[in-house]
Amino acid sequence: MKINALTLAVAATLFTTPLWADTPKSGGDVVVTYQNDVATLDPAIGYDWQNWSMIKSLFVRLMDYKPGTTELVKSLAEDYSISPDGLVYSFTLVKGVKFQNGRELVASDVKYSLERTVNPKTQSPGAGFFSSIVGYEDMTAGKSTSLDGVKVVDDQHLTITLSAPNATFLHIMAINFASVVPKEAVEQWGADFGKHPVGSGAFRLADWKLGQKLELVKNPDYFQKGLPYVDKITFEIGQDPTVALLRLNKGEVDIAGDGVPPAQFLQFKNDPASKPLLVTGNQLQTGYVTLKTTLPPFDNLKVRQAINMAISKERIVRIINGRAVPANQPLPPAMPGYDTQYKGLPYDVEGAKKLLADAGLAKGFDTELYVMNTDPQPRIAQSIQQDLAKVGIRVQIKSLAQANVIAAGSSKDQAPMVWSGGMAWIADFPDPSNFYGPILGCTGAVEGGWNWSLYCNKALDERAAKADAMARPEQQAERTEAWKKIFIDAMADAPWVPVFNEQRFTVRSKRMGGDDALYVDPVHVPVNYDYIWVK
Amino acid sequence: MLPFICRRVGYALLILLGVTFITYLLLFLLPADPARQIAGRSATPEVVAAIRAQLGLDLPFYQQYLNYLGNLLHFDLGRSYIQRTAVSELIGSRLRPSLELMAAGIGFELLIGVSLGMLAALKRDSFADKLLMAFSFVGVSAPQFIAAMLFLYFFAVQLGWFPLGGYGGASHLMLPALTLGLLGSGWYSRMVRSSMIEVLHQDFIRTARAKGLSRARVVFVHLLPNAIVPVIPMIGIDIGVFMGGLVVVESVFGWPGIGQLAWQSIQQVDIPVIVGVTTLSAVAIVLGNLLADLVIPLVDPRIDIKQH
Repeated sequence: MKINALTLAVAATLFTTPLWADTPKSGGDVVVTYQNDVATLDPAIGYDWQNWSMIKSLFVRLMDYKPGTTELVKSLAEDYSISPDGLVYSFTLVKGVKFQNGRELVASDVKYSLERTVNPKTQSPGAGFFSSIVGYEDMTAGKSTSLDGVKVVDDQHLTITLSAPNATFLHIMAINFASVVPKEAVEQWGADFGKHPVGSGAFRLADWKLGQKLELVKNPDYFQKGLPYVDKITFEIGQDPTVALLRLNKGEVDIAGDGVPPAQFLQFKNDPASKPLLVTGNQLQTGYVTLKTTLPPFDNLKVRQAINMAISKERIVRIINGRAVPANQPLPPAMPGYDTQYKGLPYDVEGAKKLLADAGLAKGFDTELYVMNTDPQPRIAQSIQQDLAKVGIRVQIKSLAQANVIAAGSSKDQAPMVWSGGMAWIADFPDPSNFYGPILGCTGAVEGGWNWSLYCNKALDERAAKADAMARPEQQAERTEAWKKIFIDAMADAPWVPVFNEQRFTVRSKRMGGDDALYVDPVHVPVNYDYIWVK
Repeated sequence: MLPFICRRVGYALLILLGVTFITYLLLFLLPADPARQIAGRSATPEVVAAIRAQLGLDLPFYQQYLNYLGNLLHFDLGRSYIQRTAVSELIGSRLRPSLELMAAGIGFELLIGVSLGMLAALKRDSFADKLLMAFSFVGVSAPQFIAAMLFLYFFAVQLGWFPLGGYGGASHLMLPALTLGLLGSGWYSRMVRSSMIEVLHQDFIRTARAKGLSRARVVFVHLLPNAIVPVIPMIGIDIGVFMGGLVVVESVFGWPGIGQLAWQSIQQVDIPVIVGVTTLSAVAIVLGNLLADLVIPLVDPRIDIKQH
């Protein structure tokens, strides 16, 4: 049969048009709303979920992640190599990267930026991440003003020497605190650099009216050609989340940064008009109840296991309108090292009663549950209280401000149980070690630490250190297995009750294009501004 | 007059001193540790200790307070723990919108409140009077958040007469100011009504009518200036309240005023900002009352405040 040329042409169009619809278009202005002020855009200081991806879009780092995923890729580092002993990392920088002020970025800028973060005068909350670099101790003690481990070979080459092999080092080079800043701009603005950021990222700050709005405009000299897609992003601050949604429906707003208020969530999700605008994503987050392992009767393993079995996780997820997934282990599902086969302790009220009787506490006991006082945490605490009452444990709820719960949590004789909601652990970077050290390791089990169960298992700490020393690429699979076992073995001691992994929700208007994962990016939290585009 | 003003300013400074002291003391006693807050959750104990030393948080209370007062005299209100910006800059950027909203809000409150109160007084005990008083009752009892959301939904979303919140010119200011005016007018209308009724019974009003003066002239030239006197201190207090921050209205309409800043800083326990906003509130109340006291003799020359 002779195929008509026209038919061929039509067929070709029919096959390729769907593909064209997914090709990002350049151009367009985007409006994003937030309720709270943007704290600071200084990469050495900014540490909240709101400004995290803004900073990523304003500055460059040696490493980055593939958009919408937790996969590490090279960014400013055109190439890198690791020495055989895992101690020396050599980076080759991309040539021709320009700062906003016109100057070209060189290796000494990277050294300056890392030193700035570690310098105690900067008061950076992220200084501790760089503890593996040689010279860190001297800098934090004030004995030195330079990081000896970071050496500038020439304008395009840099080596970093560690005091011990560290498998998370490349993640550390991708974290915001490792962003590259120009020395002259920092010195010019001093403590106000956070309000006048000068970087080399995909966007630059064009205007900031305190309390009203910020404008980010496309950086025409960005070293990754073709990015970003949008021309301008306007962040409108002080917008009530409910009003933001009304404006989104009207077409005035493109992304409602605070998502859907909990009270309207079910209605929004079930409304066929608004359902496609809602994007659901998994965070690297776990909500858990900590049990103070040093305070009787929580020093008895049976008691801790009984509490694990007495709490109904399904009911708690229902209380927050289904915005989470029940958890049975410390790691969230999106984290490498998550054990899909692990069943954990089942919900079994009779079994829990039996365990308590075995522990000699058939009549139950009195205890306290600390919780943050913003909704829905107190309601979740009430559900836990009711569940534990069924097995004879009488819980008094102490609902306090976040700072007070945190202060009491690490104290030796206070806060026998703490519900971590509202303060719950979210990973700083997508690596299992970030979920161990501060919250389950011995280093966190101190006054002011985040290991509120004061759980300290030296054998596990040793295995953790060994796993983190497996820095070579060919050891990664082995390392993930090692971490998987560490967390499962920690669960055998039941220092926690893992309750759920909260999901994240963003609302975006119909004219916004780009993969759903970009709007709930696990690393460029909350939205990956570099890759979104306007249809 | 000058010694009077100087005395009042002197008292005002004493009051402000007391306010800053109490606020600073209360926040100092809070168990929250600002150094740990700034250091973040990944900080080592050394980092926290370094920050504490840098911010002078390990000094005894009186020394910290005196340092703060010293800076205050240079208009340096410290730096926010969360936003790392000068508090004076944070407050300064929100001052103008707050003042605009305050002026427009009080303006509408007076316009609506005084007219309704006058009407109610002149038509006292009639059905109109009862209706107007019921309206004022509803106005002051209505939860601000619900009323604001309803107005926004009705006038901005459904009817489209106003923009959906935000900061800008008169059209953006209208809806929040009207909301405040309608909700707050109740206080003024009731006060004006009772004050007017009291003046209506006075002999000189009867004399004025007997002289043949028109109703309008009697009401506006003779009644109103006498009846309005109790309202003026209320305006003074209102100025203070507005400057303290209208958290709810600002939040719903996205108005970048001091209220939003106050609410955020309280939630995050951002001590320098809290102390700054409280001090500003106190200044506003003191100034408002001083202004009210200075205006009263202009309205009623019989009152000689210099005696007080």
